[in-house]
Amino acid sequence: MSFNLLILVSLSYVAFLFLVAFWAERRAHASGARWLRGPFVYTLSLSIYCTAWTFYGAVGYAARSGIEFITIYLGPTLVMVGWWWILRRLVRIGRTQRITSIADLISSRFGKSTSLGIIVTILAVVAATPYIALQLQSVTQSFAVFASEGGATWGQSELRTAAAWVAVGLAIFTVIFGTRSLDANERHSGIVIAVAVEAVVKLFALVAVGVFVVWGLAGSPEAVLAKIDASPISHFETGGGRWAALIFLSAAAFLCLPRMFQVLVVENADERNLQTASWAFPLYLVAVSLFVLPIAVVGLERMPDGANPDLFVLTLPLAEDQNALAVFAFLGGFSSATSMVIVSTIAVATMVSNHIVAPIWLNASRPGASMSGDVRRVIVRARRISIAGILALGYVYFRFSGGGAALAAIGLVSFSGAVQILPVLLGGIFWRGATRVGARLGLFVGFALWLWTLFLPSLGPNAVLSQTVLEQGPYGLQWLRPQALFGMTGLDPLVHGLLWSLALNTMFFFVGSVFSFPRPLERFQGAQFVNVFALSESARAWSGSGANAEDLLIMAQRILGGREAQTLFQRQATAQGKSGYLPDVTPDFIARLERELAGSVGAATAHAMIGQLTEGAAISVEDLIAVADEAAQILEYSNQLEAKSAEQDRTAKALRAANEKLTALSIQKDAFLSQISHELRTPMTSIRSFSEILRDTDMSGDEHRHFAGIIHDEALRLTRLLDDLLDLSVLENGQVTLHKQVGQLTDLLDRAIGASGVLNSKLQIVRDHASEDVTLHTDLDRLVQVFVNVIANAEKYCQADSPELRIAVQYHDGRYSVDFADNGEGIAPEARTMIFEKFARIADEGKAGGAGLGLAICRQIMARLDGEITYLTGQQGAAFRVTMPASETMAQSPALLASQ
Amino acid sequence: MAAKLPPAPVYLARKSYRQRRIRDAARMLPLVGAVLWVMPVMYVAPATSTTGLLIFGIWVVLIIFAAVISSRITLGPNEIDKASLGQDGD
Repeated sequence: MSFNLLILVSLSYVAFLFLVAFWAERRAHASGARWLRGPFVYTLSLSIYCTAWTFYGAVGYAARSGIEFITIYLGPTLVMVGWWWILRRLVRIGRTQRITSIADLISSRFGKSTSLGIIVTILAVVAATPYIALQLQSVTQSFAVFASEGGATWGQSELRTAAAWVAVGLAIFTVIFGTRSLDANERHSGIVIAVAVEAVVKLFALVAVGVFVVWGLAGSPEAVLAKIDASPISHFETGGGRWAALIFLSAAAFLCLPRMFQVLVVENADERNLQTASWAFPLYLVAVSLFVLPIAVVGLERMPDGANPDLFVLTLPLAEDQNALAVFAFLGGFSSATSMVIVSTIAVATMVSNHIVAPIWLNASRPGASMSGDVRRVIVRARRISIAGILALGYVYFRFSGGGAALAAIGLVSFSGAVQILPVLLGGIFWRGATRVGARLGLFVGFALWLWTLFLPSLGPNAVLSQTVLEQGPYGLQWLRPQALFGMTGLDPLVHGLLWSLALNTMFFFVGSVFSFPRPLERFQGAQFVNVFALSESARAWSGSGANAEDLLIMAQRILGGREAQTLFQRQATAQGKSGYLPDVTPDFIARLERELAGSVGAATAHAMIGQLTEGAAISVEDLIAVADEAAQILEYSNQLEAKSAEQDRTAKALRAANEKLTALSIQKDAFLSQISHELRTPMTSIRSFSEILRDTDMSGDEHRHFAGIIHDEALRLTRLLDDLLDLSVLENGQVTLHKQVGQLTDLLDRAIGASGVLNSKLQIVRDHASEDVTLHTDLDRLVQVFVNVIANAEKYCQADSPELRIAVQYHDGRYSVDFADNGEGIAPEARTMIFEKFARIADEGKAGGAGLGLAICRQIMARLDGEITYLTGQQGAAFRVTMPASETMAQSPALLASQ
Repeated sequence: MAAKLPPAPVYLARKSYRQRRIRDAARMLPLVGAVLWVMPVMYVAPATSTTGLLIFGIWVVLIIFAAVISSRITLGPNEIDKASLGQDGD
């Protein structure tokens, strides 16, 4: 296998990637190619999590520490599987706020703070540099392997030259495809598709080597399992603490690493992609890690002592003379390294240009000079220079670290640096109380502790920290020893560093947040982030403006580009019903414009630039509260409407009931009219016919008397009927005069029973004479009239075999009540509302002697006497209660007094 | 200062109730996975290969559950999640 051939193969591969990227950009531009933004390309782009550290380093890690390597893939699986918790929220926030990077997210959440953006950016650069160096190292080492296979042994200088070439190549690719558009939210289709292709290549390469090792070298899966248990790596014991800490670390890093944030959130075109990726990406991780242990075990068995286990993936096929497989493996490793470097540099360069260069430029061009200079060109140029700068940093780190340290160690240190963002990130999206002061404190403390306990010691003794400082602490201060802070010894250095840095980071973040007061914009953004699923996008952070639309357009053109800015303004003007390019400068429009700008230059810069033009129109606490009040008023109004409609419902119901009653009454009135004519006609008919008989016939004295008696009776009946009608009409018109007298209730009842003529009937009257000992001062005759009526009704209507009427007297709340309850069938519920109406008659008419006026008259009488008569429910039969005020009584009965 | 929102429904129809429970399952899944994966180091495993197979087995089961659950979650463009405000109706 000639080394030159390898160079040719890798150059062809790179050319192929260029072609694919170009093709994808053109397709995306022409047709929008939906599948480019689909869930599977999204899942594959997430695979940049598996860098060269995975491709080569996982095997090395497994060869050194056994099964522990797998924790690095368990954490991300948990995050993906639990997408509903965090990722969904991050993606929604990223879309509504047009987030360009993780630094932008933090800065935007905490009131578009420039300083936080800078802190996170620096943290990201420092944490990413060793990682990029790691990728350069792995690519050059793999080159060196092939070179030595060809007979040449590479020294330091050859390695450095190769690394420099790789770095330059990557810089060119990234600049070409990563900075075409300024808007970070516009997907980098070329890069995404190249990364997806590389994801497939590295997966297949690793699986191919794995299959070769398992079935080609070991023979069968069972044999591999036996070899694993026989191998020295199975003796490695991971402590529970380190195991859990590593799972946590990888999960947290998956969220916080700038490149992962870039592909997870910024390049995410559709929230629904997460649904597929939630299981597809863990599946990818399973496939990637499935063959790691077998390769490590077989490598340890077959390769000579002292061979670098980090390169087993490559050296194992070469040693077995599988040249094609080795080249494939090389391309896999090359893919892992390049895709990670490309995305990582784009992510970090976006941060550097938006959070460091742009604010500096903005400051330098102040005051009033914001109109001059082409921001767009400045930012794009800054981004290109940053890409080159970051790769250069990685190269420098690679040169000075000597490329000797194990890959896994660098990876974990880099991870734990990025993870320092986690408390602020989670606090920012779940806790409205998190403030800028707290975030700054937490990040600063966490970053410092990470440097001291993890980063500096990782460079090796005597690189920055001397051996003495590591062992004795600075200036002999034992409690400041980097790997035994506050005297905490005996802990794994990684767990130790992670524990201290994250614990103090979180604590300072919390305490700082609790004891500080946020600015209005912070509170506004806090609500926007935490309630991202409930609040609409229409909330605005500007309260009005002195800005003029033309100035805004000039500024927007400088950032978004002429055509895009004009389209935006024109669309807004059309929406406002205006023609031309200049819309009214409303708070809504300013908020929208700011969001557009933020997609290009980050929230902090966009806010500052708009702030320069609008001068002091930023939102205040009063505005926040007013907005809340507005919402509360709308709510109040809708509640009132609801109450009103409920009231209308009630009124309608009452009206419907009244209408039903009226209809029923009208029907009864008609019935009554026919009844009354019938009632009048019957006696009239008999009077007429009997008087005709008297006139025309000769008869005896007895017969004569008999017929005259009938005529007389009928005349009486007529008179009674007319009396009743007259009585009722007098009572209703209030023309009645009451003759108040003093009398005993028991006498009145005696009179009533006598007058109603029930003494000779079947009806039994049951009374309690003791309770009837009440002296009344009222119109006695009228009251007796009521009693007679009720008793007569009972006699008429009670159907029981041995009819019985109970009369009970009670005193309650200053009123006497007299209950008349029979043991018949009672009155049907639907008829109870009608019985007190005039003309009301229930049951069959024939039986009733009267015309249905009795109870109506009773009701009128009781109303005149300040009492009432009601139908009493809940008794066995029909029951009526006659109540009258006790003030009408002269004295209370002793029996009733005793019973109170 | 937060404006009161109209009260969220306390009881849901069968379909939205099922949707809520599926979301609960989606929330639960990573916790279950974390507990299961920390267990292998809690006791001395008989052999590394057994531990490895156990871990991969849990992995596959998690993936299957994740696939089933996430395919049943419906995500609308205007989906408003009142649960994020602590106003969860069931």
